[in-house]
Amino acid sequence: MSTPIDLSTLDAPRIRAAIAAGEFTAREAAQAGLERIEALDGAVHAFNQVTPDLAFAAADRIDALVAGGAGADELPPLAGVPVAFKDNMNLIGTNTTCSSRILENYQSVYDCTAVARMLDAGAVPLGKLNMDEFAFGSSTENSAFGPTHNPWDTDRVPGGSSGGSAAAVSAGMAAITLGSDTGGSIRQPGALCGVVAMKPTYGRVSRYGCVAFASSLDQIGPFSKTVEETALALNAICGKDSMDATSVTRPAEDFTEGLNDGVKGMRIAIVRDMLEMEGVAPEVKASTLAMAEKYAAMGAEVGEVDLPSAQYGLSAYYIIGPAEASSNLARFDGIRYGHRVKDAEDVIDLYMRSRAEGFGPESIRRIMLGTYALSAGYYDAYYGQAQKARTIIIRDFERAFADYDVLLTPTTPTTAFKIGEKSADPLSMYLSDIYTIPVNLAGICGLSIPVGLGADSGLPIGLQLMGTHFAESTILRAARALEADLKFDTTPPVVRNLGA
Amino acid sequence: MALSESEVRHVAMLARLALSETQVETLRVELNSILGHIDTIQQLDLADVPPTAHAIPVVNETRPDVPRPGLSREAALLNAPEKEAGAFLIPQMTGGGDES
Repeated sequence: MSTPIDLSTLDAPRIRAAIAAGEFTAREAAQAGLERIEALDGAVHAFNQVTPDLAFAAADRIDALVAGGAGADELPPLAGVPVAFKDNMNLIGTNTTCSSRILENYQSVYDCTAVARMLDAGAVPLGKLNMDEFAFGSSTENSAFGPTHNPWDTDRVPGGSSGGSAAAVSAGMAAITLGSDTGGSIRQPGALCGVVAMKPTYGRVSRYGCVAFASSLDQIGPFSKTVEETALALNAICGKDSMDATSVTRPAEDFTEGLNDGVKGMRIAIVRDMLEMEGVAPEVKASTLAMAEKYAAMGAEVGEVDLPSAQYGLSAYYIIGPAEASSNLARFDGIRYGHRVKDAEDVIDLYMRSRAEGFGPESIRRIMLGTYALSAGYYDAYYGQAQKARTIIIRDFERAFADYDVLLTPTTPTTAFKIGEKSADPLSMYLSDIYTIPVNLAGICGLSIPVGLGADSGLPIGLQLMGTHFAESTILRAARALEADLKFDTTPPVVRNLGA
Repeated sequence: MALSESEVRHVAMLARLALSETQVETLRVELNSILGHIDTIQQLDLADVPPTAHAIPVVNETRPDVPRPGLSREAALLNAPEKEAGAFLIPQMTGGGDES
């Protein structure tokens, strides 16, 4: 074996280049990833399953290409890059548990399209990542298999619901991971763990094979330490899929193109009324304002807008999300798959007790809320009203994007909170997604980029960049300009202490 | 709009969830707290606003109508907790306890 490979200092392009140049093999890179998981995941608990067999099989395919003479130009774009997937995405050879008891033993019988596309691009799968049960939550504390810990402070949450996906990248256990985002479940943990995290435009990425939460809001997206890796991951996963009727047919785009073109002349606005919302930590607000000044210094035209309807986003979301979820989760009936009670008297008894035993408290809460919102007599007041609120939120964004290319808010009102701090009060947990939810309701794209450590908390702060439908390349370019200027050190203490 | 205990039980029946007495009471309190916040949406006058079901309008896009393999019976049954003779096993449906 050559010198140990430190994946936390290598990004995807460098891993691929090193494999192409014969500096190390894909198998050695996979081994390094697995060793990092072995060393750190006891403290972080990002992984539900680790998949060395799948990893080595994928790595060996890359090494065979190299042995056959494939050079840097011939290897697939993510050749040998260690990756991992949120545990709501199907991958044959793994269980897909959604971190729920009800699916604890569920074996994937087909591959999620986004997962398959990552693997087709040469990526090496190291495992499946912890999450809030069925993606219901903002802290990963709702996992039936125990919480994930934030690599910046293991007493704190990594955010959620894709907490495992964010923590794995932060701790250098994988270069790129995939998560899913229904109301902020990619961007919020990305912000709390100090990594780049993106929710693409609704329809960009096929949802086929990702266990549905709220079908009109869900979207798969990547986590990585650099903007360039996020662009490379989007190149792999975006595109029409005949298995998802809501995936959109678009001309193929290379999201790395123009990434370094800067923001000169770009129109960027702070969303002023959202920044003034109650409950925003002063350090978070100050950092957002400072980033706007940086953009102005880099030559962007910086202004301010208001999104007056966005304040109703949380209410609309906590009607639409649970309503769609209660409908999607009706499939867990103990018959075709999942937990089933042994001694059922009849089929209704079988349904009712299997579901009550299999679902955790937050899943039950959301199913109840959604069922109520859709029930006779309440449908118009809740679901109907929420769908109309969605329209006025979209109109607000349309007005803002008529004048600006990129909108800025904090990703989250505060930095990472303590494990247990909000779990007793569901509503206060829901409020941590106040900035991310409107993006899902409008179906636009949003990205969180780490912009520094809080002056008071000492923990990562995320800035949210929002772009209109299909404007991924614009917000990636703006994010890249800031990344190049800030040079934020994404290495968390849990990794620094490993070397000590 | 505040949920009563009997409404919580009714919703649980609709959702096919067998809840304990403790769960019913906890959920009544929690759901009312959440609904208290959600109800701010009732302040909006949206009578003339059309609803949005999907943010990106997509017209039905049909794939080419060509046969392709589906899940095998073996794969479809792989995760069934109880199965028999190549089929899902369910409790007897007729003469059962459905209150409807």
